[in-house]
Amino acid sequence: MSLFSSKDLKLLTNPLNMNNPITIQVLGICSALAVTVKLEPAVVMSVSVLFVLALANVIISLLRNTIPTRIRIIVQLVVIASLVIVVDQVLKAFVYDVSKQLSVFVGLIITNCIIMGRLEAFALGNKPWPAFLDGVGNAAGYGVILIVVAFFRELLGSGTIWGFQVIPEGFYEMGYANNGLMILPPMALIVVGIIIWIQRARSRDLIES
Amino acid sequence: MKGLRNYLDKIKPSFEKGGKLEKFGSTFEAFETFLFVPDKTTKTGAHIRDANDSKRAMSVVVFALIPALLFGMWNVGYFHFAATGLEGGFIDYFWHGFLKVMPIVIVSYVSGLAVEFIFAQIRGHEVNEGFLVSGMLIPLIVPVDVPLWMVAVATVFAVIIGKEVFGGTGMNILNPALTARAFLFFAYPSKMSGDKIWISDFETSERLVDGFSGATPLAEAASATSPEMLDAMHQHYSVADMFFGFVPGSIGETSTLAILIGAGILLFTGIGNWKIMLSVFVGGITMGGLLNIFATDTNLYMSLPAYEHLLLGGFAFGAVFMATDPVTATQTETGKWLYGFLIGFIAILVRVLNPAYPEGVMLAILLLNVFAPLIDFYIVKGNIRRRLQRAKIKA
Repeated sequence: MSLFSSKDLKLLTNPLNMNNPITIQVLGICSALAVTVKLEPAVVMSVSVLFVLALANVIISLLRNTIPTRIRIIVQLVVIASLVIVVDQVLKAFVYDVSKQLSVFVGLIITNCIIMGRLEAFALGNKPWPAFLDGVGNAAGYGVILIVVAFFRELLGSGTIWGFQVIPEGFYEMGYANNGLMILPPMALIVVGIIIWIQRARSRDLIES
Repeated sequence: MKGLRNYLDKIKPSFEKGGKLEKFGSTFEAFETFLFVPDKTTKTGAHIRDANDSKRAMSVVVFALIPALLFGMWNVGYFHFAATGLEGGFIDYFWHGFLKVMPIVIVSYVSGLAVEFIFAQIRGHEVNEGFLVSGMLIPLIVPVDVPLWMVAVATVFAVIIGKEVFGGTGMNILNPALTARAFLFFAYPSKMSGDKIWISDFETSERLVDGFSGATPLAEAASATSPEMLDAMHQHYSVADMFFGFVPGSIGETSTLAILIGAGILLFTGIGNWKIMLSVFVGGITMGGLLNIFATDTNLYMSLPAYEHLLLGGFAFGAVFMATDPVTATQTETGKWLYGFLIGFIAILVRVLNPAYPEGVMLAILLLNVFAPLIDFYIVKGNIRRRLQRAKIKA
């Protein structure tokens, strides 16, 4: 018996491309603009969201038959908030610098629409294992976009990757300059837009008639 | 002319459908219609026909920009010689400026047209003529010392993000030339603002005349902290200097006179819209006047005479060549008044009251570009409502 049935595998891979939370569902844009100036915070953010979303999905899925429908949002928020506090404390303890850079955006994972969206749309109606896979898949789809955007923004905006200078000093002497627009949030939006453009040009069935 | 026509006719079949160079059909079409007015006529339905197609309209705008371009070249040379203390005559000034400005023009056209041609090939449509004007506008609104690769990057960005993603010429929301300038301004601020960039070779030059600051009159007025400093600015540059263009600044923006000649050409041929031009100036002088009334001792910039605002910086250039862009401006006649007025009004507001931006014309026009469809929407809705009311009364 294989661990992943083909249906499970779809839960995992679909959000990476054809149902990407950022480029197709256009959720979680706010944090995508805010934490993608440098690669490191973007990766930390992706991992944090992965942890929160996967666990929250499992917990809500386990509780799904006992949660009264009328207060389900509150229950979901309690679960997410508890997990986010755990993440926040771990980041503060082990990667304090990054935690400082991310500032409020770790706390704002609570309001990340992707998480609430997956809990509402998937975890409340599915068993824990598919819910876990769905959470991992969606968080990965979110993370991939974050990392791609952060890669280009850090490379072109600061000339570095993960804090290491990759554009040789000679380029600067020849008159090359870092692109200050890349550091500003509007450019993150434009980079996300270019990714959406490329994705739609590659898979035509995404284009609305 | 005849020989050229014959040559085009001879090579035409290989570019048409089924020919061996079919792929480059759009490229051929672009050159052919650039050189000769196309003989194509619409075959079905009733259409209003005009001998003036958009390529011809664009050529007139480029023609109208030539006085500003030529004066800009002279101005570049004049200030270079003044700053370095070298002796020189009219020809020396002009030649120096020509050598400085032409590379920017060439880079702007080559990089922009390359993108246009690539997109035309990929998408299989005809090459859009819109870039003929943008390619000329971009060199005129940058400082002379801007590195050429930055011009190329900004042009490519403006054509792709400002125009092609929206569907090419005629579909863009923002003016492409201003998009390029805004990109440069935010991406490379050290090369786009300050005191050192407006005069060619100012930074690298070893021998500079003592006390020559290189600051534009706008920068001097903005940094004035006492009435004497404002007077000093007026001693450096008289109102006549501002009008004729003996001030440092972006290449094509310095001479209000040269711009007005261009405006005359645009208005005479009916290509530029006089309502927009006029209302931009009215908006500017209104805001300038308001600021004069409420001028305080803490912000002396507010007391700069309103009419001087119209002569300084890129105000006149923006009003004549940027705000009137038929694609990005409002389409309704009433909307044009409002659109122009707000551009002038906001330009001066940003210029004087926001210390982060020494010049507000670019930002004001881009902002109103975004609002133009909204203005049109409400004016059209208002028209519909009034007509409905008339109809009801009669019934």
